[in-house]
Amino acid sequence: MKRLALVAGIWFLLIGTGVAGPYLISVNQFVEHPALDAVLRGLQDDLQEHDVAADFKVHNAQANMGTAVQIGQQMIGERADLLVAIATPSAQATVQALRKAPKDLQRPLLFTAVTDPVAAGLVAAFDRPGDQVTGVSDLLPLAEHLQMILTYRPQLKRLGVLYNAGEANSKATLVALQRLAEQNGVTIVEATAAKTADVHAAVKSLVGRCDAVFIPTDNTIVSALESVLKVGGENRLPIFAADVDSVARGAVAAMGFDYYQHGRQTGAMARKILAGTKPSALPVEYQQELQLHINLKAAEAMGAPPPQQLIDRAAKLYR
Amino acid sequence: MTMYAALGALEQGLVYGIMVVGVYLTFRILDFPDLTVDGSLPLGAAISAVAITGGVAPYGALLLAAAGGFLAGVVTAVLNTKFKILHLLASILTMIALYSINIRIMSGPNIALIGSATVFDPLIGVGVPGHLAGLVVYALFAVAVVGALIWFLKTAFGQTLLATGDNPQMITSLGVNTHLVIIVGVGLSNALVALSGALVAQNQGAADVGMGIGTIIAGLASVIIGETIFGASTVVRAVIAALLGSVLYRFAIALALSIDFRGFSFSPSDLNLITALLVIGALVAPQLREKVRRR
Repeated sequence: MKRLALVAGIWFLLIGTGVAGPYLISVNQFVEHPALDAVLRGLQDDLQEHDVAADFKVHNAQANMGTAVQIGQQMIGERADLLVAIATPSAQATVQALRKAPKDLQRPLLFTAVTDPVAAGLVAAFDRPGDQVTGVSDLLPLAEHLQMILTYRPQLKRLGVLYNAGEANSKATLVALQRLAEQNGVTIVEATAAKTADVHAAVKSLVGRCDAVFIPTDNTIVSALESVLKVGGENRLPIFAADVDSVARGAVAAMGFDYYQHGRQTGAMARKILAGTKPSALPVEYQQELQLHINLKAAEAMGAPPPQQLIDRAAKLYR
Repeated sequence: MTMYAALGALEQGLVYGIMVVGVYLTFRILDFPDLTVDGSLPLGAAISAVAITGGVAPYGALLLAAAGGFLAGVVTAVLNTKFKILHLLASILTMIALYSINIRIMSGPNIALIGSATVFDPLIGVGVPGHLAGLVVYALFAVAVVGALIWFLKTAFGQTLLATGDNPQMITSLGVNTHLVIIVGVGLSNALVALSGALVAQNQGAADVGMGIGTIIAGLASVIIGETIFGASTVVRAVIAALLGSVLYRFAIALALSIDFRGFSFSPSDLNLITALLVIGALVAPQLREKVRRR
């Protein structure tokens, strides 16, 4: 009991020192789009609400790998207290810059919005991150996603999946989804778009070939979501998404990947690191909270009114 | 700009400089605007990444990458010369095809190389710090490539290449097969671009199918900046100017990333605008200078 009190005391002291800042946090974000922007906002809000004074230097690579590498090097030189990398390519570039940096410029690095940090070479294993590197994975809880879609559309036989075959995250999602779908007697119908301009044609190719469309957390498709929604509305083809921001924009429903919450979770890890915890002591985390968001107006337009049991479960309903 | 960022810009300028010298070869010498490079840069990265993870020595992987790039260039040039497809369109076709091919080569869009053997290991092995090893290796490669290209352009074949770009009619009337010259020229250019991509991938820790986006813009910007600032009166001078133009271009980006003047800083989304302004500035500056001189 005494020990517990001591630990609690130290903990409060550590939180207390949080206001001593301001800390400098350098951010390497790969591209500007609503989901990744929400991660950054979640991180910033979390620190602010916990009275951690932090100045942010935010760099954005404009989806250019070469720029991401230069930003990584720029960040090492900024001597920040904490490095944050948003999305896989930026995380790879920053980790590499960090590994090459001289000892006195080494800083802890937190990656976020990265689906598979092990395959990306960022950490050796989820529970054993490196000396300087850890973060939050946005690996999708696909079983829950599929379950929600099947509760919504019990007659579903063919599920269209729209993604960019050039995005590692989405490719991994598709492979996992195919396995799950097979177990549930659902056929996956693929359509890929290499860039945002191709999205419209890709979703059109799905019309008539599937009963509903699922969009994973794919940067390309989510960037051009409106053209997908338009086709969904015109053909009464319900569009499901993996992230809730897309529901706000007009997708039918999503089983709760909330990038803002993802950012807040990253913020909680950032606070621990700023308070002195070594990244190696913090295993890679997954998104903890899942919420069901439903857009009733979109559901109506796409000819797919939700069953009552899902309406009852929804954390947020758009009317 | 911090010292570390400056070293980074120099490093990036040198490694992409190899690509820029390749772009110079097609764009200026052959008068062949070649967009293949947006695909052949990641092609080089993909081949070297697959080779390295498959157990090929890093330097061997570079050779394979360059060979792959050469083939990509040959495809574009054959489409243009033998099948009469406009050079711009031929190169776009090869570029978009390479997007799919690169994903095939890597069995996915991205291969991580963090922790794999690289061309920098020998230097790091003898105690050179990681952040300097890239710089040294890149500098050696850049100088070697520039030297080799200058030598090549002075050979009989190189002279034919120069003449083909200048005056194809004249060269054809001399009985030279311009098609072969163009095919070899565009092939060589893309071999350099792929070599650059392979070196970039080994340093940045990943090959990614999207890493080629904007290669041609960076290449043209660097060639033009180099010409404007260092001149292009002779071929030797122009090749060196292309390499230095690449370094300046990367410095400009590093500067834009670090400017923080009394609360004013460039927004991340301004980077593309800055690139465009930089190129326009480099294109317009000589004309302005000329006008002032005439007065």
